[in-house]
Amino acid sequence: MKKRTGIFICHCGINIAGTVDVKSVAAEMAKEPGVAHSVDYVYMCSDPGQNMIEQAIKDKKLDSVVVACCSPNLHETTFRNAAKRAGINSFKCEIANIREQCSWVHKDKGKATHKAAHLTKSAVKKVQKNESLEPISVPVTRKALVIGGGISGIQSALDLAGAGYKVILVERSPSIGGHMSQLSETFPTLDCSQCILTPKMVEVSRHPNIKLMTYSEVQEVTGYVGNFKVKILKKPTYVDPAKCNLCDECTKVCPIVVPNEFDVGLTGRRAIYIPFPQAIPASYTLDDKNCPDPFTTIACGKCADVCKVKAINYDMKPEIIEEEVGAIIVATGFDLYDKENMAEYGYGKYADVLDGLQFERLCSASGPTQGKILRPSDHKEPKEVVFIQCSGSRDPELHCAYCSKICCMYTAKHAMLYKHHVHDGQAYIFYIDVRSGGKGYEEFVQRAVEEDGVIYLRGKVSKIFEENGKIKVWGVDTLSGKPIEIDADMVVLAQAMRPSNGAQELAKKLKLGTDKDGFLAEAHPKLRPVESVTAGMFLAGAAQAPKDIPEAVAQASGAASKAIGILSQERLYHSPTVAKVLKNLCTGCGMCVAVCPYDAIAFKDGKVEVNEVLCEGCGTCSATCLRAAIQVKNLTQNQVQEMILACLGG
Amino acid sequence: MTEEFEPKIVAFLCKWCSSAGSDLAGVSRMEYPANVIPIQVMCSGSVSPLYIFEAFNRGADGVLVSGCHPGDCHYIKGNMYARRKLLLVKKLLEHVGLEPQRFRMSWVSAAEGQKYTQVIKELVKELKPLGPQTKLRRERNG
Repeated sequence: MKKRTGIFICHCGINIAGTVDVKSVAAEMAKEPGVAHSVDYVYMCSDPGQNMIEQAIKDKKLDSVVVACCSPNLHETTFRNAAKRAGINSFKCEIANIREQCSWVHKDKGKATHKAAHLTKSAVKKVQKNESLEPISVPVTRKALVIGGGISGIQSALDLAGAGYKVILVERSPSIGGHMSQLSETFPTLDCSQCILTPKMVEVSRHPNIKLMTYSEVQEVTGYVGNFKVKILKKPTYVDPAKCNLCDECTKVCPIVVPNEFDVGLTGRRAIYIPFPQAIPASYTLDDKNCPDPFTTIACGKCADVCKVKAINYDMKPEIIEEEVGAIIVATGFDLYDKENMAEYGYGKYADVLDGLQFERLCSASGPTQGKILRPSDHKEPKEVVFIQCSGSRDPELHCAYCSKICCMYTAKHAMLYKHHVHDGQAYIFYIDVRSGGKGYEEFVQRAVEEDGVIYLRGKVSKIFEENGKIKVWGVDTLSGKPIEIDADMVVLAQAMRPSNGAQELAKKLKLGTDKDGFLAEAHPKLRPVESVTAGMFLAGAAQAPKDIPEAVAQASGAASKAIGILSQERLYHSPTVAKVLKNLCTGCGMCVAVCPYDAIAFKDGKVEVNEVLCEGCGTCSATCLRAAIQVKNLTQNQVQEMILACLGG
Repeated sequence: MTEEFEPKIVAFLCKWCSSAGSDLAGVSRMEYPANVIPIQVMCSGSVSPLYIFEAFNRGADGVLVSGCHPGDCHYIKGNMYARRKLLLVKKLLEHVGLEPQRFRMSWVSAAEGQKYTQVIKELVKELKPLGPQTKLRRERNG
């Protein structure tokens, strides 16, 4: 049967027509074999433009269409839907990208027109051999996985659970709460961080729809949107939370002391420990990295001896738990930029040079000093404290190029909290710029200056060293041009925010992209900020970029609602442009089986067959097969060869 | 007056990285020569050696295959297969006497409009002095 293809060349105002002679392309295409109709129009994507296509399909009895316009990423769906409305299969519509790949990158009208004609002709050759296809429908597992138990993960899990969906919340440390649980007060309201966080933590632990898995890590994710299979490693805590009555006798007898992560190394903890009093789940963990200590081979057994309820079991083994979920939210948060990198500021060398999180612990009522601000070195009250902003941020030569966003605000808060604890003390802040965009933020910084007498010095610190029990801070005030020398008792570094340790490995397991700094990449920086590039996986919180608590919570709710968008469907639809086997050519050699990244090809009766649900249509199999016996629908080798000819002919 | 030789180049761009990168070059209005006609494929791993031979047989003066950076493949590892396979193709083409400049692989991510532009400029510049490719061309009505 003779082909009847319609060609529609878009001017896109002057975006295309300014560089491409659209009329001559339309005229040239009209001469191509099988082309029954060829026109140009100012805006094909407009309603009249779409109507024009629909009308032409009906009137001219077109069996396929090519729209030569912008990138298929923008309007392919628009035009495929128009084709469908007019009664032809949506796969009988192809896009020739003559804007991004042609008119916008060339100046010579003759050459651009020539290229546009080749691009259009190539699309014509393809579409004339396209099969009519219908989307493949798959059922949805109506359950979600949230990775990371900080404030973002907690919020996502609660939103999903509140909407009636089952959620598995996986956290690698022994308690949920994340960095927010370590903070003392939060800006700009100065409300106590734990007071607003712990109710949410408790809600997570009590919610019937949430399965909380702490001290667990995601090991492997396979499958696809709507139907992921997840393997979760549950590390042994050696303590049965159901039996543990939190008597704390075990920590009193444990002989092993290691730095306490919750207090960022300011205090020690035992090998058996509860991370903090409000930990969820409320139970102890025996940390097998430190117990038994490296010099002995067996645990001393003191904790088990003293445990009256027999909650301690040394024979607990790691378990692999397999779960099926329909959507995944990744909320792996941040860690502070490695302090070892800040040798110029004396971190690690001087006990009284702290990072922001350590200072939070000093201010916190639950911290090592019960909220008294004391120097770690001699437990004296510091009278002069220097805060250094952008420590590791905004320094493309040596450290991180980006702005960590929250440091201006928390440094203002730190200086304020310091003044509230030490009334006769003086706080200095070295800054590059003060960035206080946010509701109530600018007023907060002003309050630090006006009410608490914080001295802001615009400039960088060049050197920090110890002299006569003081920390000498040398810097420059770039506004007055004068060198500054401060004899400080304590220095606090506003360390840059980095993606949390291990986030990169997890991203690889989930096949998520990361940006140049290692933060998880969103699908579109403006219009799809909570979606990842992988369908069915969403991003929340500081794993995606540095952000403060309200933003993290907002993104977490956004991610949850996107996940609900999937979980609320009965079925999902999957692109039908998958591989197919030409059985008469297949010899069953298995090369395609070996290279398929999705294990979508299996042997059957001496030949192979494709699982259409697993197949993503990448075509690696077809490029591997020596007999061209496996082909991707609508991009077969024959089609590509026709396209090559179209690109080179004339 | 002799007209400057304009090489005809076919570029196989993967949908997720390199084609998106070329879109970004467009959005950013980066100018480059019009000698390259792109064909969008799903993955650089789907580029059969036959496509490359076919392009040279049909008179291409150069062929480019561009995919996601190794390790960043949208299809996990398709570009790794592409790299291995196409290196052999490159050796084979050189073995039969084709100038090595005529076949090129590049890794261009969706964020690298600038790099795409650079690759095209370099390729065109390198191919111009070589003149038309006749070694593998099958004579067909002109």
